[in-house]
Amino acid sequence: MKAVRYYGKEDIRVEHVPDPRLLNPRDAIVKITATAICGSDLHIYGGYIPTMQEGDILGHEFMGEVVEVGRDNRNLKIGDRVVVPFTIACGRCYFCKEQLWSLCDNSNPNAWMAEKISGYSGSGLFGYSHMYGGYPGGQAEYARVPFSDVGPIKVPDSLSDEQVLFLSDIFPTGYMAAENCGIRPGDTVAVWGCGPVGQFAIKSAYLLGAERVIAIDRFPERLALAFSQGKARVLDYTQVDVLDALRDLTGGQGPDACIDAVGLEAHGTTLDAWYDRAKTATYLATDRPHALRQAISACRKGGTVSIPGVYGGWLDKFPLGAAFAKGLTLKMGQTHMHKYLPTLLTRIEAGQIDPSYIITHRVTLDDAPKMYRTFREKTDGCIKVVMRPGDAAHT
Amino acid sequence: MQVESAYEFSPSVKNAEKVIAVGTGAALLAYGAVRRSPAGAWIAAASVPFFYRAFVGHWPEPFRALGANGNTKKALSGDRGAHVREAVRLELPIHEVYSFWRRFENLPRFMRHLDSVREDGADRSHWVAAGPLGVAVEWDAELINEVPDKVIAWRSLPGSDVTTAGSVNFDSVRGGRETQVTVSLQYAPPAGKAGAFVATLFGREPSQTIREDLRLLKQILEAGEIAQAGAPATKEWR
Repeated sequence: MKAVRYYGKEDIRVEHVPDPRLLNPRDAIVKITATAICGSDLHIYGGYIPTMQEGDILGHEFMGEVVEVGRDNRNLKIGDRVVVPFTIACGRCYFCKEQLWSLCDNSNPNAWMAEKISGYSGSGLFGYSHMYGGYPGGQAEYARVPFSDVGPIKVPDSLSDEQVLFLSDIFPTGYMAAENCGIRPGDTVAVWGCGPVGQFAIKSAYLLGAERVIAIDRFPERLALAFSQGKARVLDYTQVDVLDALRDLTGGQGPDACIDAVGLEAHGTTLDAWYDRAKTATYLATDRPHALRQAISACRKGGTVSIPGVYGGWLDKFPLGAAFAKGLTLKMGQTHMHKYLPTLLTRIEAGQIDPSYIITHRVTLDDAPKMYRTFREKTDGCIKVVMRPGDAAHT
Repeated sequence: MQVESAYEFSPSVKNAEKVIAVGTGAALLAYGAVRRSPAGAWIAAASVPFFYRAFVGHWPEPFRALGANGNTKKALSGDRGAHVREAVRLELPIHEVYSFWRRFENLPRFMRHLDSVREDGADRSHWVAAGPLGVAVEWDAELINEVPDKVIAWRSLPGSDVTTAGSVNFDSVRGGRETQVTVSLQYAPPAGKAGAFVATLFGREPSQTIREDLRLLKQILEAGEIAQAGAPATKEWR
């Protein structure tokens, strides 16, 4: 099959690799019909994610048709159309039972790597380094899906691929970010970053009862989308003082909740370098957690700062004093995908949201190297790239 | 619980031993020094093992009682031998976990240093481990303690390749919702191929080896399968 493979910083190749096969009783093999490039894939593209290896298959936002089912999977059958959540979870450990699916105990074969850095390991992830399990990703024609009896969600034929594809990551991620805000009627929510996750955080904040959402970015097309589709009040941080603007817009009180949908890039290229640097140095340039610092400064007293943006290490100049002084609540983490899938599919079916509105580029798998560059440079108005492996020319 | 006893700290005895060792060492050093004679130098030199005991925590090798080969009690008591203790929690009833472990044939499924375990009846079992370069290391073991749903303990019999003992405790935790498994394993450092085996097994990070084994136990019993990505990480650790 064809697959998008990592060969190093800014070196992405589309190559033929052996088809995946069932390895465990709860596995399934999915023939991929649609797969997306995620903003977090750009961290890999930039060479910032440690424990990547040459030849690793990328991608964690994918869906398709079930073509093989393991003997212990009594939930799926061949021909089912499914969306696959990017986190891999067993469904039976303490964390899965407590709805903390992205913290599953049993799905990361390389848990020891993550334990060295975080103390305990989260779940395995598709196509996102060996520290997260080394699972081949979904930017390919086929993918093996572990624990497929509890992960993939079946989708009705009445919905198109583009309408449901983002259930694989960014819609639930934006939704959980908004849910973590504990929104009550009348609340104002500020969202830093109008990439795909920020866009869905805006939508979700309204779905969950926010009175007003204020979105912050600098790219005109992203602000335009947040304004037109998200119905957000938008701020270009290159044009206005964000803290002043938020204070004014909330009558001097500050937003009830702030969402950091920007995140940080981790540095270093190998586990050893990363770990050593993390241990000994400040690890992050001092200006990188800028959005998070600003969100903490802007938030009203007793408010919540929700962090769907990815952070990797030890933050420098983190204003914990301000968070303490204002009695803030901080919520964060990888999305507990499995918890949200049924709810959000219902919302899509009910017509409350059509997530396909963020798509700007529709291409084939062969276009991946070019599209990674376009997406990274944010040229051509690029917000979201969807690839259809089925459309790729067979060579 | 067994694992908690490891953290019960009694400073009085340990500190007293240390103080006495330092005191004795200092007295010998001072007495030898003031004599300013060859005999004094020997007396001062005699302080070395006392300081060693005080600061390293045990007597230097030539001063330690050597364990008799085959006698698990002598070979493994105190801090002799490689000793590992690790624990894991499972979302399963205690009986299910206990029953799985009690069938020793199951142990090689998650203890990767074991090739096979065969139960011979009458509380006896035969253990085969994969040593370095594919050389098998074998021993016979006997059950020395067994309380259903509570504890299993075993030790090797004389004539084995290695002197080893182990126990596993089962405790009900989180209000009965989870079972905690606490494993304690000891291997005496012998010579020859078995020595190399123990060195390979417990050389760099002994507790990591057992922690990975217990992770597999948890995956087998909770998830029903061992998580695998297809392509293993290149970094060697197994």
